[in-house]
Amino acid sequence: MADVTMRVWRGDAEGGKFTEFVMPAVEGEVVLDVIHRIQAGPAPDLACRWNCKAGKCGSCSAEINGLPKLMCMTRMDVLPEGEPVVVAPMRTFPIIRDLVTDVSFNYTMARQVPPLSPRPPEPDGTYRMMQIDIERGQEFRKCIECFMCQDVCHVIRDHEENKSSYAGPRLFIRFMELESHPLDTDDRRELLRQRMGLGMCNITKCCTEVCPEHIKITDNAIIPLKERVVDASYDPVAWLGRKILRRTKRSALDAALEAPGQRVPTRQERVPTVAAAPATEHT
Amino acid sequence: MSDHASHERENHDYDVVVIGAGGAGLRAAIEARELGQRTALVCKSLLGKAHTVMAEGGAAAAMGNVWPEDNWKVHFRDTMRGGKMLNNWRMAQLHAQESPDRIYELERWGALFDRTKDGRILQRDFGGHRYARLAHVGDRTGLELIRTLQQRAITLDIDVFMECKILRLLKDAEGAVSTAVGYWRPTGDIVSFTAKAFVLATGSIGKSWLYTSNSWESTGDGHAMAAWAGADLIDMECVQFHPTGMVWPLSVRGILVTEGVRGDGGVLRNTEGRRFMFDYIPPMFAAETADTEEEADRWYDDHTNNRRPPELLPRDEVARSINSEVKAGRGGPHGGVFLDIATRRSADEIRRRLPSMYHQFKELAGVDITAQPMEVGPTCHYMMGGVRVDAETEQSTVPGLFAAGEVAGGMHGANRLGGNSLSDLLVFGRRAGMAAAEFARGRTGAVAAPEAEIAAVVAEAEAPLGRDGGESPYDLHHSLQQMMQELVGIIRTESELRRALDELDTLTDRAQKLSVSGGRAYNPGWNLATDLPAMLTVSRMVTKGALERRESRGGHTREDYPLPDPELGKVNLVQSIDASGNYTLEPESLLEMPAELKELFEEAPH
Repeated sequence: MADVTMRVWRGDAEGGKFTEFVMPAVEGEVVLDVIHRIQAGPAPDLACRWNCKAGKCGSCSAEINGLPKLMCMTRMDVLPEGEPVVVAPMRTFPIIRDLVTDVSFNYTMARQVPPLSPRPPEPDGTYRMMQIDIERGQEFRKCIECFMCQDVCHVIRDHEENKSSYAGPRLFIRFMELESHPLDTDDRRELLRQRMGLGMCNITKCCTEVCPEHIKITDNAIIPLKERVVDASYDPVAWLGRKILRRTKRSALDAALEAPGQRVPTRQERVPTVAAAPATEHT
Repeated sequence: MSDHASHERENHDYDVVVIGAGGAGLRAAIEARELGQRTALVCKSLLGKAHTVMAEGGAAAAMGNVWPEDNWKVHFRDTMRGGKMLNNWRMAQLHAQESPDRIYELERWGALFDRTKDGRILQRDFGGHRYARLAHVGDRTGLELIRTLQQRAITLDIDVFMECKILRLLKDAEGAVSTAVGYWRPTGDIVSFTAKAFVLATGSIGKSWLYTSNSWESTGDGHAMAAWAGADLIDMECVQFHPTGMVWPLSVRGILVTEGVRGDGGVLRNTEGRRFMFDYIPPMFAAETADTEEEADRWYDDHTNNRRPPELLPRDEVARSINSEVKAGRGGPHGGVFLDIATRRSADEIRRRLPSMYHQFKELAGVDITAQPMEVGPTCHYMMGGVRVDAETEQSTVPGLFAAGEVAGGMHGANRLGGNSLSDLLVFGRRAGMAAAEFARGRTGAVAAPEAEIAAVVAEAEAPLGRDGGESPYDLHHSLQQMMQELVGIIRTESELRRALDELDTLTDRAQKLSVSGGRAYNPGWNLATDLPAMLTVSRMVTKGALERRESRGGHTREDYPLPDPELGKVNLVQSIDASGNYTLEPESLLEMPAELKELFEEAPH
């Protein structure tokens, strides 16, 4: 077989550039295999994340020929033959080194999602849930946290300043998972509207397009969430209902506001970072 | 960032430090935190990426939702027989008794398991389990489990130190573990943790073999760190080769194909199309295994009047059988055999029950498993052996050091049943967290970090960074993997094991002369160099155990001693490393099982 040319971004927060590696082609390989051969050969310190190598852990996300992909699930033989394969880190997150980015933003936001508060169990101490009622939630729980949906989301890809007030597609599906959970008793709509920036999403569906688990992020999570939030905020009947009737669901925002001070994540919860890179430095 | 000088060290002090954030580590941290301890969770990768995420089939727990006949005694019996009776009976008992509660607990924390028609948690058939017993979510149960635990841990505000590699555990003057020293992978900066109790939950050792289902993290860090700290390890020869790993393309060789394929009706065939497992039914399981295809096929719908298909024998039996078929020349083009679900179940059902297998074969091998068979072969998968622990508390033989999950030994004996790992890490993760919290509460006085020892550990780890002209850690790793695959693989023999010990001497010498290019910040070459000492130590213990156990039992198969030896079946091989670095190995009698449990093995099997 012929050789393959890999054009891999190398550098750190200070800057960097694409470096070309010409490697022998091997039948059946994925991009991550070639990266591993580069590590074992010409560039032993080439940094990349990976774990399962089977599309199940979501560690090896990168931008391959400009598109976010899992390196472990991208076969070399589906990429244009004879052309260099361009491998760059995810652009939305600050660079740590080479293909490794600081994805701590996602973990920080995840800490702000209130957990499931389940209704009381059946008398035998367990729950009954019908398969059909959990299938929507199961769709979202397929998420492997590759963060590629966050990577392509314009709200944060092009606007670093939005990160403090925007949860992003990965966490919107987490919210929808909780909202559609048959045992759920919480109401997270105001939290979503006021703190999680749901309104900033303008439904371009970029997130859905890149999801390696084929989760219908926009159609099945973001749009229904937006509808719920709108109903809660602007529907006069719902507004009147809330005034007259006792609320059955305690709002997560209530809980957040009652808490004696929103918790600020400590340094060690985050991947230690080098200084944030200029957002466009590495493309 | 890229200079080689030591940076000023940061230290973090906690009550309980848990090393490893797979299922066992997360569950231990949750428990310690809930008991009010200042708890830290330290892991080599990002949170949620640990190898638990790869578990596919399910978590075994005798809830009796599908078969009301099931109960802990049946599960206990299955586990002990699967482990060829080498198990710590008390661990197997606690595991069987407590796993249903641990599963229901996950449900309260948000897990969404597949359901029965009446809305309970559905349970699936797996090898060696008499009844359908595995709580599952399609074939991505591990993901469900780790995400549920991860989200619970976040709720409890546990401090998580991600991408942080621990190199060594150090003890105070009283001999209790007081310090863990390591480095941040993103920066390479040295970091230490002082704590009153430490829980090891570092998982497996599979990366010492060439073909493995394990990720890069499974380098036996916890096994080795426990041994270096003076703890006993047991059953180190008992390594499980999972019967069904992918064999082609070469780059994915070893990646797991869930036992759920067989649990859901898949069968193994050789190139002649024969369901060869009927030819390999061992006497121990003959009474409860079908001897015709018709009976085996009826069993899926009627467990009461039919015996189970031989494809669902315990993993060690199936792996050995596949090995024999391939050796006899009846294997496929890439050295495997064929796992066929396409002719057995509808395409819809396959995609619904086994979505990630469908995806994995389609994307990586270009095989549509609803239309074609999968070619599969054994892959290094699981370490039964590990840190010798007290069954109730998971405390090792070193004060202040606990171990749970795959790094602990005893629970699974000589062979683990599928599905028992996810429940193991829940049951014993919780118990370890509980006992570590208790130990921490009782440990008085400030915990001191032994500075001189820390400096020595750091110097050793940093040495390859400053050395020119030495060998690449990737080359050394590859040599180790090739050697272990060839000489300490699924079938072992004395001459090869002796050669392996010689090779390990050479490899250990080579490890002293590694060179790493680049800086310390996120440098995978350096990271690998710091993983290699653990891999070499653990490989030596596996080899020494394998040489000493002159019989075949469970995952340990000796070509020169093909049968089990009843006398060796009564002992664990206990290994340790003494203060001057010498390896010792002593057989010790198994714990005596109480009479009421012994009775379970005397009753008629069906």
